[in-house]
Amino acid sequence: MKIRQLSLFLENRPGQLRFPCKVLGDAGIDILTMSLADTAQFGILRLVVKEWQRAREVLEAAGVVVNVTEVLAVDVPDRPGGLAGVLEAFEKAGVGVEYMYAFASRERGRHATLLFRLEDPDRAAKLLEAAGVKLVPSDELFARSGA
Amino acid sequence: MSTPLLESAIFDPAETLPVPERRALQARRLAETVRRAAAVPFYRDALGRAGAGADAIRSADDVRRLPFTTKDDLRQSYPLGLLAVPRAELARVHGSSGTTGKPTFVAYTRADLDTWSGLVARFLVAGGLRPEHLVHVAFGYGLFTGGFGLHYGIERVGAAVVPAAGGNTPRQVMLIRDLGAEVLVCTPSYALHIAEVARAEGYRPGELPLRFGHFGGEPWTEEMRITLERELGILAFNNYGLSEVVGPGVAGECSHRTGMHVQEDHFLVECVDPDTLAHVPDGEVGELVFTTLTKQAMPVLRYRTRDLAALDRSPCPCGRTGVRMSRVVGRSDDMLIIRGVNVFPSQVEEALLRVEGTAPHYLIEVSRPGSLDEAVVKVEMRPADFRDEMRQLQELHDRIDREIHAVTGVRMTVELVAPNTLERSAGKAQRVLDHRRTGRA
Repeated sequence: MKIRQLSLFLENRPGQLRFPCKVLGDAGIDILTMSLADTAQFGILRLVVKEWQRAREVLEAAGVVVNVTEVLAVDVPDRPGGLAGVLEAFEKAGVGVEYMYAFASRERGRHATLLFRLEDPDRAAKLLEAAGVKLVPSDELFARSGA
Repeated sequence: MSTPLLESAIFDPAETLPVPERRALQARRLAETVRRAAAVPFYRDALGRAGAGADAIRSADDVRRLPFTTKDDLRQSYPLGLLAVPRAELARVHGSSGTTGKPTFVAYTRADLDTWSGLVARFLVAGGLRPEHLVHVAFGYGLFTGGFGLHYGIERVGAAVVPAAGGNTPRQVMLIRDLGAEVLVCTPSYALHIAEVARAEGYRPGELPLRFGHFGGEPWTEEMRITLERELGILAFNNYGLSEVVGPGVAGECSHRTGMHVQEDHFLVECVDPDTLAHVPDGEVGELVFTTLTKQAMPVLRYRTRDLAALDRSPCPCGRTGVRMSRVVGRSDDMLIIRGVNVFPSQVEEALLRVEGTAPHYLIEVSRPGSLDEAVVKVEMRPADFRDEMRQLQELHDRIDREIHAVTGVRMTVELVAPNTLERSAGKAQRVLDHRRTGRA
């Protein structure tokens, strides 16, 4: 169920975002989705790629600090209140959200896909499935995106 | 209204002693100092190794036979191992910041304090202070020699003191305005900060009652002097001192501002090549070395200041006969003075090591973008320390920040940078980039 996400440490100065993207591009690795978190001092670039091991290798070889974390992909009904409903299920299951961001899905209209970084992802996955929340397996996620 | 500057004002006739007379006085006092120092086990041993004693002193030049004293020697004698008098004779103890977080202490007898006040009074009068003036002292009062040193010197002149101490700059501006201080005493960078705050509060340059200022405690540039004089509408005077020698009062400018007159009847000054320890000719930059001539509680022989400056023995129109020293143009070791506080790179390293898992690759960048020193510590991120959660990364950042402040006593801006981004030259990492040094005289 879990999706491997690469987190990259970025200094907060011009050119820092472009560099890892170029490294991945040169290696022919497609970025499926990403999110950038920043403070005045530094940033964290989180991204999902299909070949995460190879991506990690090329990035580390280029001197980028990489951390692998597990996130869960959740389908959210594409209608007003859809996300609130899913989050209600999270709440009832006692699952805390560290952060979340959207997945660029090609199945627009029916549902949106969001990536969640949750406290204790294994336990959270069980609780959410029991609560009827639809988790998207990584294979399906990449297949949907045509990767 | 106060009287105009009296160029000829001399506080103590000893300042104008003819050179031969002063040299004779120095020789006598140096012999006394060596005798006093020999009561200290550290100096007794050092003099023994150097084969020198009070009997060997025939002239002031014989100081060259004496052993050097370093900051390390003072540190190793912590807390008061270099006392030359019984503890009961002490009247006060001051301290300067040290690398381990512990200060190095310096002690004074009643007579030392009296001498010190007189020395401070000399440079204050040389730079225009008169008994009718009110002086705003924005130096920290405490272990630091600046606050109390200036305070008692001002009182010795007979002028009035506002012991404002540091901090709360808007309030300082208010005090200066409301009490009508003509004279400002603090570090030059704090004076610039006061000027900035005054301007932000709507004062135009020169609108405060200040007429002149005596600044010391850190090296500063001629450019800073020009800015200070323009922004505060004052004459700015430079003075020099260090706690190991006495504190402020070692040297100071007169109204001609041709360099700082060293109080040669109380301190012997030498200027040496920091590597070879050979004397450098007058006019050339070298490391200043001071021997105290009158200090009782803690005499120091040939103290290596690590401060780089040049000496000038040409006559000054003011009539003072003491040799003059230039501005301090740098440090012969890696010590940084940041906002008046001594900081060694090793302290930053110590702080980083305290934060578990932090790699020791770092760079301290010091600049003075406005009036105050700014220090940035760039710390290379190690893959093992990197966490995906912003909160954890922020915690790491804040922990480094806190430790650096705890160890050095200075707030520095911590920047986490990517691995291998800090330059390593010839395998050795550069630890300090001091941008303030560029452009300094």
